[in-house]
Amino acid sequence: MIGAYLLGAFVFSLLLFLNRNKLLNYLLVAGFLVLQWVFTVYEYNHLNTEELGYFIPDSLAVIFLIVLSIVAVPAFYHSYIYFKHNRDIPRERAIYHAAMVVLIAALSAAYLSSHIGITWIFVELTTLSATALIYHRRNLRTLEGTWKYIFVCSISITLVFIGILFLTLALQEEGLKNLSYQALMNKASVLNVFWLKLAFLFIFTGYTSKAGLVPMYTAGIDAKDKAPSPAGALIGSVLMNVGFFGIFRFYEIISHTSIFNWANKIMLISGALSVFVATVYMLRVKNIKRMLAYSGVEHMGLVVLGLACGGIGRYAAILHLVLHSFAKPTLFFQIGQVYRVYQSKNIYNIGNYFKYNITGALVLLFAYFIVTAMPPSGMFISEFLIFRAMFESGNTWLLVVILLLLTLIIWSFGKTIFKMLFTRPIGFNEENVEKIPVVESLSQFILLAMVIYLGLNPPSEFINLINTAISNLPL
Amino acid sequence: MANILLITFLISLIYIGVAKRLYTYITLLAFQGIVLFGVAFIELIEINTINLIFILFETIVFKTIAIPLFLNYTINKNNITREAEPFLPNFISVVIITIIILGSFLLSNTIHDQHLQKIFFIVAVSALFTGLFIIATRRKIITHVMGFLVIENGVFILSLAVGNEMPMLVNIGILLDIFVGVLLLGIFVNKIGDVLKEQDVEQLRKLRD
Repeated sequence: MIGAYLLGAFVFSLLLFLNRNKLLNYLLVAGFLVLQWVFTVYEYNHLNTEELGYFIPDSLAVIFLIVLSIVAVPAFYHSYIYFKHNRDIPRERAIYHAAMVVLIAALSAAYLSSHIGITWIFVELTTLSATALIYHRRNLRTLEGTWKYIFVCSISITLVFIGILFLTLALQEEGLKNLSYQALMNKASVLNVFWLKLAFLFIFTGYTSKAGLVPMYTAGIDAKDKAPSPAGALIGSVLMNVGFFGIFRFYEIISHTSIFNWANKIMLISGALSVFVATVYMLRVKNIKRMLAYSGVEHMGLVVLGLACGGIGRYAAILHLVLHSFAKPTLFFQIGQVYRVYQSKNIYNIGNYFKYNITGALVLLFAYFIVTAMPPSGMFISEFLIFRAMFESGNTWLLVVILLLLTLIIWSFGKTIFKMLFTRPIGFNEENVEKIPVVESLSQFILLAMVIYLGLNPPSEFINLINTAISNLPL
Repeated sequence: MANILLITFLISLIYIGVAKRLYTYITLLAFQGIVLFGVAFIELIEINTINLIFILFETIVFKTIAIPLFLNYTINKNNITREAEPFLPNFISVVIITIIILGSFLLSNTIHDQHLQKIFFIVAVSALFTGLFIIATRRKIITHVMGFLVIENGVFILSLAVGNEMPMLVNIGILLDIFVGVLLLGIFVNKIGDVLKEQDVEQLRKLRD
């Protein structure tokens, strides 16, 4: 099925790229969504069956494949709205949609791949397609964002490749050749520790550019700011998951070796620094989209902290990642509507949003509570479990610092959101304000409701999938 | 023989440190391409013909001819000033690159692995950090790209160290090279030339908080 899927996605993106007709464009997009969903359901029903030798839909892959397919639907819907209200040149629209299809297909394949080299190839493909999305507006500022993204991602992907080469050196010493995750996990305990340490450092550093963690988080920030908001929603959620995948798959291998504790320490440092950096920037950032991007850095930091602390933290990390992938796109979609009202992303120019768009303002308000993990948000549960894991693993002082930083984040995020909702904007002309139809916010309410539902009352099937996903890690 | 070529490669890294003009950088990159071909040819004895042609294509056609020609074309087309304009004096650059090479020697001494030919490791790590150093200390976008190409050369050398066992990895590395090369140079440097008058990184520093 994956072969047919990849071929189908390629054909769809090629047709989208060549086609200039508006109606046909959206028919093709709908066709691709159907393909994506058929593929998702098929893989869900064929758990752990190897395909083409390089792809295994294990529980982790299937969870995030479903998340991706769910987020893709509103992303395409909001892209449609975006083109209805912005410059709609057939050539640009064709490139945009073709790039979206390639991005989603590359993400699906990267999730499912069971070979470290194949994951790497598809992650590289996501860089290419994301580039086309970021450069969509074709002006000087998007050029700058694209250039930075392309450059940092190219260096990171090279670092990952160097890490894979170091891993190969370790394998060569033992006369092994198989680079699939399963084989690596079985043989991990006999590999040379020195090479494994180097490999972990390089692979971890390389994938942080996608995952949005310290040290390479910078590229993603500009990308999410400059891409059109529906594309930003994908870059800010499911694309970050793929970086986490790269780290997690290698972390599983490391967990069977003697350097497991050392790797945990590295991840603790990176996670804590990510939360710290996110706090520092969120206190002073004036561009709402960049604030959302830094909030993503904070959440990824928490996820890595939960993973590194072990115990219940691993379950919480995966849950948190899933919930974040639903909550963050909501905010990006809503910012797209905010931008249509105010024509600005600067918080000084935005205000009294309740007056101009009640439904959108409600989304913004609810999404704020959800993203900062206040009850009844499902993220409250996952964050609470992460904190418990940190406490149980003896990182109490780190936990205190993280909680203080989170308080600062909630304060500054809240200050911004409430300013946007209730305070009068500077120099805003009330005439000709666009009325946003209520129905356009519907998808956002559904996503928010899912965050609450999956956090408070997760279906047992979902819990099983998460527990199987983390079952490869030693207790 | 491979050792002599690899040491020549190391010397070319130091030369990049003193180079003042962009054309010197381009010549050095082309030269490194030839050296890499020599190393690959000697090192990969057990390789089959198709792979050899692929590697020949990568080192000679791509690294030695296509990229230097394209860089030349870009410089001429966009009227980029010929100076490399480093932030640091050249003397300090040379000292730092020497320290990088010494550091990789010391690091390689801590490895106890009889399968590994250490010289590959040393040269690859030196090229990696020299490339990062060039990116960090030069002003122009095009010199950043050149620093990245130096890193790619280092990666190629490292992949040769495992090349006899796993030729697939060498091929993936080449794929990376060509893919990123085309992406960075082909699409992007041209676009930047269209939008920006002077290709100075300073103009791409407006996105901040």
